[in-house]
Amino acid sequence: MSILKIKVIVFGIIAERIQTNELVLENIQDTDSLWRYLVEKYPLLKDIKISIAVNKHIINHNTLLNAETEVALLPPFSGG
Amino acid sequence: MSRFERQILLSGFGIEAQQKLQQARVLVIGAGGLGCPVLLYLAAACVGCIDVIDGDLVSLSNLNRQIIFSEKDVNKPKAEVAAAYLREKYSDIRIGAIMSFLTPDNIFQTISDYDLVLDGTDNFETRYMVNDACVLLNKPLVFGAIYKNEGQVSVFNVADKHGVRTNYRDVFPQMPSPHEIPNCSETGVLGVLPGMIGMHMATQTIKLITGYGALLVNKMLIYNLLFNSSYEIDISPNEAAQKNLPKTRDAFYKMDYKIACASFDIDSNWEEVLVAKMQAPENILLIDSREPYEEPKLEDIACIELPFDQVLKTSNRFGHFHTIFVFCQFGIRSRFIVMEMRKQWPQIKIFSVKGGMSEFLTHKNRKKNAS
Repeated sequence: MSILKIKVIVFGIIAERIQTNELVLENIQDTDSLWRYLVEKYPLLKDIKISIAVNKHIINHNTLLNAETEVALLPPFSGG
Repeated sequence: MSRFERQILLSGFGIEAQQKLQQARVLVIGAGGLGCPVLLYLAAACVGCIDVIDGDLVSLSNLNRQIIFSEKDVNKPKAEVAAAYLREKYSDIRIGAIMSFLTPDNIFQTISDYDLVLDGTDNFETRYMVNDACVLLNKPLVFGAIYKNEGQVSVFNVADKHGVRTNYRDVFPQMPSPHEIPNCSETGVLGVLPGMIGMHMATQTIKLITGYGALLVNKMLIYNLLFNSSYEIDISPNEAAQKNLPKTRDAFYKMDYKIACASFDIDSNWEEVLVAKMQAPENILLIDSREPYEEPKLEDIACIELPFDQVLKTSNRFGHFHTIFVFCQFGIRSRFIVMEMRKQWPQIKIFSVKGGMSEFLTHKNRKKNAS
């Protein structure tokens, strides 16, 4: 059985706190689990409200991931 | 030969598009890192009526990115400096300055007259308030925001060819709490970043007005300056987010945008100054907080000259005055001073004179013309 690898692109303060702009993760089934996993691994992410895009489309509910999926994690920006 | 000849020449753009630009009325909210490049390029493109709203003063640390301002403009009101600069450059467009901040109390009357609004502000509270008001007024909103080396751009509240429109809450349904995301003074920023994002905003605005090219409607562009990369995502209406949007003006006024409505008691006016001085002159102090070179001097009413950076020196002994009025050129700087003075001298009634010297002169001229 092949391992499910997904590409996760991160922005803004998320990228800053996990010290990378891109991750490849294994065996994450859906977006809720993805965020839970990351918050557990990087507690500094805990209180940040983010938006998640799956294959470049913002999602509003838990979404299943598969081997082709590209996930993006977007924090809001306020600077001007 | 006109100054926008090159635009008319551009195939697919032409005179009709140019005319649309010249008839457009836009409001730029914020004359900062995003506002400055936006204003420069919209004015250059000959957008017919551009108003800019900002209640802030220019500070030295702005100068790496707020490219309209110079060292000589430090401590001057941003909106007025920006407008004056652009008026000096172009005689064929109307530029207006509103020297105050948007609050829930003034937002509807402020933004309702424009074809579209640009969000160049620097805090979530204002951004969410602007977004929600634009949704209620059905007002297109060109959005730009930055964080460190990245920026976001989108065009909210405009329908695509299927009639679908989205707004900021469809991306970020809930306002972050106060210290969730640091701001520029904490993270730092290269001037070119708001430059890039401001350019994107100006571009989207020109395209929106003229119908030229594809818009970031129901899309958000995220630009990364470090890697020269752009990431574009699609947005669709978010039912959960819809719940967070106020559906009526009453609901809007009940929202807590955590925006301190401008201290409504900080402004007094010249009438009150005159009355107070007449009734009990020994108890009243009037301070001219302008720089020595600022003119004209106030001759009609007794005052002392104490420039901005000297007023707050604790060696100043104001203790025996009941009331202090502070004025400056436009009534903006003086509000800042008064807020600080009130902390230092809480027992004294201290007010800023609304409109400053500029208002005094207008009032004086009005009376002269009437007589």
